[in-house]
Amino acid sequence: MNILTNPNKLRGFEKHIKVENVSRRSILKTLGLAGGFVLAAPVMIRPSFAYETGAGKMPHGVVVDPRVFVSIAPDGIVTIVAHRSEMGTGVRTSLPLIVAEELEADWSRVRVQQAHGDEVKFGNQDTDGSRSTRHYLIPMRQIGASARTMLEQAAAKRWGVPASEVKAVRHEVVHSASGRKLGFGELAADAAKESVPSIEGLKLKNPKDFRYLGKGEIGMVDLHDITTGAARYGADVRLPGMKYAVIARPPVTGGKLVSFDGAEALKVSGVEKVMEVKGWPWPSKFQPLGGVAVIARNTGAAIKGCNALKVTWDDGANAKYDSVAYRAELEAAARKPGLVVRKEGDAETALKSADKVIVGEYYLPHFAHVSMEPPVAVANVKGDKAEIWAPVQSPGGTREDVAKTLGIPEENVTVNVTLLGGGFGRKSKCDFALEAALLSKELGVPVKVQWTREDDVRHDFLHTVSVERIEAGLDKNGKVIAWRHRSVAPSIASTFAAGTVHQAPFELGMGLIDNPFEIANLQCENPEAAAHTRIGWFRSVSNIPRAFAVQSMVAEIAQATNRDPKDMLLELIGSPRIVNLSSVKDPWNYGEPYDSYPIDTARLRKVVELVADKGGWGRSVPKGHGLGIAVHRSFVSYIATIVEVAVDDKGKLTVPRVDTAIDCGTYVNPERIQSQIEGAAIMGLSLAKYGEVTFKDGKVQQGNFDDHPVIRIDEAPAVTNVYIVPPPSPDTPPSGVGEPGVPPFAPALINAIFAATGKRIRAMPIGKQLEA
Amino acid sequence: MVKLKINGQEQNWDGDPDLPLLWFIRDEIGLTGTKFGCGQALCGSCTVIMDKQAVRACVTSVSDASGREVTTIEGLHPAGDHPVQKAWRQLNVPQCGYCQAGQIMQAAALLMDNPKPSHDQIREAMSGNICRCGCYQRIENAVHLASTGV
Ligand code: FES
Ligand code: FES
Repeated sequence: MNILTNPNKLRGFEKHIKVENVSRRSILKTLGLAGGFVLAAPVMIRPSFAYETGAGKMPHGVVVDPRVFVSIAPDGIVTIVAHRSEMGTGVRTSLPLIVAEELEADWSRVRVQQAHGDEVKFGNQDTDGSRSTRHYLIPMRQIGASARTMLEQAAAKRWGVPASEVKAVRHEVVHSASGRKLGFGELAADAAKESVPSIEGLKLKNPKDFRYLGKGEIGMVDLHDITTGAARYGADVRLPGMKYAVIARPPVTGGKLVSFDGAEALKVSGVEKVMEVKGWPWPSKFQPLGGVAVIARNTGAAIKGCNALKVTWDDGANAKYDSVAYRAELEAAARKPGLVVRKEGDAETALKSADKVIVGEYYLPHFAHVSMEPPVAVANVKGDKAEIWAPVQSPGGTREDVAKTLGIPEENVTVNVTLLGGGFGRKSKCDFALEAALLSKELGVPVKVQWTREDDVRHDFLHTVSVERIEAGLDKNGKVIAWRHRSVAPSIASTFAAGTVHQAPFELGMGLIDNPFEIANLQCENPEAAAHTRIGWFRSVSNIPRAFAVQSMVAEIAQATNRDPKDMLLELIGSPRIVNLSSVKDPWNYGEPYDSYPIDTARLRKVVELVADKGGWGRSVPKGHGLGIAVHRSFVSYIATIVEVAVDDKGKLTVPRVDTAIDCGTYVNPERIQSQIEGAAIMGLSLAKYGEVTFKDGKVQQGNFDDHPVIRIDEAPAVTNVYIVPPPSPDTPPSGVGEPGVPPFAPALINAIFAATGKRIRAMPIGKQLEA
Repeated sequence: MVKLKINGQEQNWDGDPDLPLLWFIRDEIGLTGTKFGCGQALCGSCTVIMDKQAVRACVTSVSDASGREVTTIEGLHPAGDHPVQKAWRQLNVPQCGYCQAGQIMQAAALLMDNPKPSHDQIREAMSGNICRCGCYQRIENAVHLASTGV
């Protein structure tokens, strides 16, 4: 029996928080579409720590209570709850590991239990924005330390000695004066009766005594299961009586079903039923697109049935969406003034008086997430109760949306979080779980909705499409005296609010208004762009086009002025300082307080210098090879990358070596940081080389890995070296890791291609551009 | 009625003989270690071993497997200690893990055929298996490790 399991009464500061942070689901609220949204979760203020984070401002804030997260059985097995979703970052291991560290638990006797979606109980569960470690390092330490203190108090009472004389060490509490010891299991029942200590009085471990944190010696808890096929993803959930559904959705976003003929589908062996799925009008937020579902006894039959459907659609308002024409529209908009979102000095005048003006216009197409596990969910709806099993990054948001969609109370919805076969932001949107819920409700049996790869590519919440135009004015000494950056792209907010034409502050804050360069006349503008498909978060979001543009431009200026690109970069970053963003009306800083997470150019410079040193910047390379460098701050981390490319005389591109330096503050698991950065290089290469979803007549033109290729092992970088900057002090706030590796990769690659070939790529993907 | 063996066990199927083996394995038998990633033999997530050959279960019909021996990730080793599986754990290969059953089956088939593949041979043999998380560097190293003894 588990002991320390009393559901928690909220403690600490009984402060009601208004949601103002932007997580991938709270955008609904920030846009004021969901009415007032006031939460009663406590914010933990930590006077003993050197920094604050934005954790308390996330929906439902943070819950710091050992009784919610830790239970100890009489046999000593410690169970720690993981309340974030595992999609490959290792978070399901690293957050419980932090608790175990402070608890002095022996990791081999720890079990991890996945939380279902319940944010009142667990606090915010949105696994997005590279913020799990950033927001939870301190709360998880406090949870562990609280539980440890309760065990120590219980032991002290049992022995009749002052609590100050006992100490938890490796799954036991010891009284060294008398040599007595009691195991955690023996103390659990008594410890549960102890009151939870106040956060302020907690004694946290000295980081030099850490066994696990910062070491990278503990593998993921799911590692063994992954290698034996036992790991359970969304697609692997099976319930008695469950039916399998595959859905034909409107081929144009915002389109509607007119009529369908399911006769041929029903002839397919194993198909049992063909039925309509309700769709929501555009912009449909996270709601289902609607369509026709084929219900069968297995997925194979459902797919075959779906292919046999005859459906007539009304394509609706986006029927003319055409990527070629849209690019021209974006370019035209970028060549005219737009909404000014940052202004220092007078870039307009300075550009006019400049000795030389360099203009770069950079195009980035839509990207699809194509997580290896396509969207999938199982729902079992019975009367006014619903249970969901799904690979979601947003268990709490999914619960809210299922309740709303079915018209039942949120308490009646259970969302079980499976492992995610990749997420990259796609699985922050729970439309697939809502489809399963609607179908199960109608059929009265458990239903699994499986998206095919084609469904995934054609009905994604795509990464935006953008033109970034930068004009740099140089004086006669080649010094950059003016910088005007116009960013034109449909906003993610368009998926939630009709008529959106400007980017939201959180998008502008990703590499546009937070430009770190020391330039006297600097202006950022955001001309209008309307969306014609569902736009959504994609790993590192607007940072991808921004880093591509800004870091390409740096190399272009270096070339024009005959400078070394790295020296140019350091010159533009300028003196070590905290960038002053007081000229920006709404400076978004990844939801973090600027005091804890300022733009610190000393740290930015440092990763550039580190990667240049370790990556051998300036080393001589064989003919046809070239080196490129780029740096970018995102998710409040600093990352610099050097890519070495080789381009043969037929234009075939290979990547012999990648070097990346990351400063992510205090970190938990360097081994997973390394794997995230290795993965980011592959993803960055995929995006740069092939990444593109295009539209014609409103329809996506790609569907599977044949026409939407991604990088395979035979074209992957031969080696990616990762250098992690050690945190200057244990009080250095942790920052993001999952996303920041992506943005600098593409510009480093593009700059390397220029060094190797003299060809400057300004539009992605690279595709066949090197063959010409 | 199609008869085949999966992980040493006799299985019968009297439904659609064209049903892809993948869905028979996953939905009808309930062995969910074999994954769906593309349905078109483009990604390798569904890789199983059929009579010593790696095949894509998404484009192999149940009738193609008639009378054959199919091994899935669950049947690769009783304790999950095939050298490839051990190497995978030793090098912490997976991120999300979804592609890894297919990767491991492909690697196991490669080593049956060529116990000491070169790095180039590894890259070539594994190039049908996509990992969107980008674990390729470790996959390559793990196959090499498995081939040299774990
Ligand atoms: S699912 Fe079979 S190869 Fe992709
Ligand atoms: S580990 Fe995620 S797809 Fe390979």
